[in-house]
Amino acid sequence: MALPAYADPLERVWYYTYHAICVAIFIFLIAPIIIIMPLSFNAEPYFTFTEKMLTFDPEGYSLRWYDLLLTFGMTLPDAARDGSWWADVWANATWVRAAKNSIIIGFWSTIVATCLGTLAALGLSRSEMPYRRVIMAILISPMIVPIIIIATGLFFFYSSPCAIVGLDCGRLTATYTGVVLAHATLGIPFVIITVTATLIGFDQSLARAAASLGASPQRTFFKVILPLILPGVVSGALFAFVTSFDEVVAVLFIAGPEQQTIPRQMWNGIREAISPAILSVATILVIISIALLATVELLRRRSERIRGVTPQ
Amino acid sequence: MTDATQLLTTADGRPLKAALAAAQARARRKAFFLVAPLLLFVVVTFILPIGQMLQRSIYHDGFSSNAPALAAWFDENPDAMPDEAAYAALAADLLLMKNNKTAGEAGTRINYTVSGTRSLFTSSARNADDLQPPFTDALLAVDQKWADPLIWQAMRAAASPYTTDFYLIALDRQRTADGGTEVVAENQRIYLWLFGKTFVLSAVITIVCLLLAFPIAHLLATLPMSKSNLLMILVLLPFWTSLLVRTTSWIVLLQGQGVVNNVLVSLGLVADDGRITMIYNQTGTIIVMTHILLPFMVLPLYSVMRTIKPSYARAARSLGATSWTTFRRIYLPQTLPGMGAGALLVFILAVGYYITPALVGGADGQLISNMIQFHMSKSNWSLAAALSGMLLLGVLLLYWLYDRLVGIDKLKLG
Repeated sequence: MALPAYADPLERVWYYTYHAICVAIFIFLIAPIIIIMPLSFNAEPYFTFTEKMLTFDPEGYSLRWYDLLLTFGMTLPDAARDGSWWADVWANATWVRAAKNSIIIGFWSTIVATCLGTLAALGLSRSEMPYRRVIMAILISPMIVPIIIIATGLFFFYSSPCAIVGLDCGRLTATYTGVVLAHATLGIPFVIITVTATLIGFDQSLARAAASLGASPQRTFFKVILPLILPGVVSGALFAFVTSFDEVVAVLFIAGPEQQTIPRQMWNGIREAISPAILSVATILVIISIALLATVELLRRRSERIRGVTPQ
Repeated sequence: MTDATQLLTTADGRPLKAALAAAQARARRKAFFLVAPLLLFVVVTFILPIGQMLQRSIYHDGFSSNAPALAAWFDENPDAMPDEAAYAALAADLLLMKNNKTAGEAGTRINYTVSGTRSLFTSSARNADDLQPPFTDALLAVDQKWADPLIWQAMRAAASPYTTDFYLIALDRQRTADGGTEVVAENQRIYLWLFGKTFVLSAVITIVCLLLAFPIAHLLATLPMSKSNLLMILVLLPFWTSLLVRTTSWIVLLQGQGVVNNVLVSLGLVADDGRITMIYNQTGTIIVMTHILLPFMVLPLYSVMRTIKPSYARAARSLGATSWTTFRRIYLPQTLPGMGAGALLVFILAVGYYITPALVGGADGQLISNMIQFHMSKSNWSLAAALSGMLLLGVLLLYWLYDRLVGIDKLKLG
């Protein structure tokens, strides 16, 4: 938006003010994410820049908080760092175990959400779909309904899941299955939204062409439809994974100590004694989200290219 | 005419109309079967649990299951004042509660409607062995409160496990002696006030988001694609970053010894002992939630602004409108769909927010979700369910409005 040649002085002043305002808002958006990165290398247990950090004295910086992520919760943190030390880290370190849990739960809930979600999106994008609007509204609602209500409902439901049909089949609280199912439900709206958006640009005549050439519906799906919508499916899967990877309220309500995840560990850290170790975790998570954002952005462009949709 | 339609048949001789209807029905079934697994999954893992939880808001058997004799007396005497038979039933039930150790459970249920009665039940049950007829005098000797008609009325209401009491409490109302309801004393009006506060704070956050999102969405929409894609990263990165990470960063920035206060002190704008409290209060909730929800406002605004043709504004200018008039009369009305979509979405998400207020809200920055969690942690499950029911109703109304005005299929991510 260049300044037009006919602008009067007042408009010139406004033009520069407007850009200054925009810069300020962008700083507001991004500063909190950037600021934690240098602070996570603080040599002191403070949450602010020390004198030494500001003068770029190497002594002001250290990796101690990253080191703490490995040693915290270990049985023998001070032993020599050989193979058995690393085995100890892998088995006992609190944050490492939380990371393993987060990845396992995220992986399985993504699989469930993506498979069911993609299938449903295929049905929803057909023009013959009955009650399309209502069903779509139901499937998107886990994103809209306040998480506290979902978590409360699951808390009661999981304590006796079969009671509704008058049976007793144990409980789903404090199980991996329970958390995976809950996270899959929360991830479904994202899969539906991204995959249906991809299918809007999908040329149905390609599927008809495959069918007329004798391909079975399964073959048409795997050989024609899936390759074309794959970028959308992968984006949806990444959204579902991030949703699970970042979810804390349902975990607080339905998970046991065995299912400690990274967000729950952070939650404890923020509520109780907040230590700069939280900032080192946060920095790692920001780097992961940058990688995910880059992936999704590349997928979106690829999707637009292979479907021949040009960005407006 | 009829002859003509009868002539139209498919290759195997069926009327075309019937064949078409059959084919369409088959296509509808096929489409539905694709959606069915997910629909079933969502019903079981989402709708059923919430429905079951909501049932608790109208069902509480803490008293009715532990006081069978009183329940029978209330059943037989629909309107009578408590007589000796009623007190005898009460004495029998107190003995039962003592033996089953359920006096606290029953007392808790009555305590919801008449405060301070839980101890009445536990202490009376402790003495239940010593009660001798006439039970009226014996029970009044244990505690004069047993003569209180309000307690009898509460017990009558609680004798059935199905109740609207919890919605009354959630609406800050109580039963009166004559069977009606009234608003509770001013200093006890917690919940409606909190609902009001949640809506006001959400509205403030929505307005701030709108004010902040408008300029940058406009900038992104008017810049050339290559530049705006680059700047878009600044909007999308917070969107993809963990909520807890963003909340942590704001604590680091805003706390008393945090970065912002330190900068202000070192600049001499604020005295060292006069550091601004920006977090663990309402301000903290507003700032952090605005930051978290801002991308949800920018994205729909941006996608609408991109489609607005600059030629309209140029035409207005060429016809003599000032830049302000052009903006107000030409540009702004065209952005309304985007503003509506973004504002509704941000408002819906803000009303149900839990994590951020819990972490940075302090005492006065808590929202209704935090109250639900509080009652859950105190095992006041029916009350938590009633509050959830009201919150859910509000959110679903907004969701319905969103679907009407914007359409759920217009929802976009990034």
